[in-house]
Amino acid sequence: MALTSTRRHTTTRHAHRNPFLLGTVFVGGACGTAIRSLLEDAFSRPTGSWPWITFAINVIGAFVLGFLLEALVRSGEDSGGRRLARLGVGTGLLGGFTTYSTFMVETTKLPWPVAVGYAVTSVVVGALAAWAGIRAARSVTLRGGENA
Amino acid sequence: MTTLLIALCGGAGAVSRFALDAEVRHRVRGSFPVGTFVINVLGSFLLGVLTGAATHHAGWLSPTAKAGLGTGFCGGFTTFSTASVETTRLWLTTGKTEGGRYAVATVAISLLAAFLGLALGTALS
Repeated sequence: MALTSTRRHTTTRHAHRNPFLLGTVFVGGACGTAIRSLLEDAFSRPTGSWPWITFAINVIGAFVLGFLLEALVRSGEDSGGRRLARLGVGTGLLGGFTTYSTFMVETTKLPWPVAVGYAVTSVVVGALAAWAGIRAARSVTLRGGENA
Repeated sequence: MTTLLIALCGGAGAVSRFALDAEVRHRVRGSFPVGTFVINVLGSFLLGVLTGAATHHAGWLSPTAKAGLGTGFCGGFTTFSTASVETTRLWLTTGKTEGGRYAVATVAISLLAAFLGLALGTALS
């Protein structure tokens, strides 16, 4: 049990036990959740109608996360500022901003043909948005590479 | 005040997701994102219970507690963005079948969990 191997463990595989990184995820998650909550309050919709706000939040969040993760992977190794951005903005902010639980409970309250449409549309458009984000990050980083 | 409570609970939810996902990743091998799957199913079940319990005005769950635990914790805990990115990555790397299976499994089991949670929460209130 060399000290160095324990240390390496702590910094890579056990990132979730590092108080600083946990704090980063916490702050990001708190901000993302608060923004979602304020948006849901500002544009509240009657129960039973298509939940546009959750839909928009989830699709936008999927696009931005796809973009962020792809851009980070392409810009270098997952350490330092890149890891902080991944955990604070990706895991924390965008993870807290988007929500699967509200998406599901809202679906249970819709008349069933609408519920099926909402669930399927959200999943498909969410995946397409993530794909578009990944593609956007690829084109931006490729262009950056050509200019450099 | 409620927004602050929701924010703090959301932060706690995000940290719980981060820790649980990392623990699951250590134990389960393979390309299927088991961590996010379990998180979204559990969170949908819990929000179902809370929503069911808060439906009746005489229920044991106050609107503030429902907002903190539901909108805050469950919202911060579960994630649609990660599920979407994982679906797309599986689709791009291991083929359409894997990505589709993950997306369908997540939405179907989470929906079932939300229904069961709602029923349990309503029965308890």
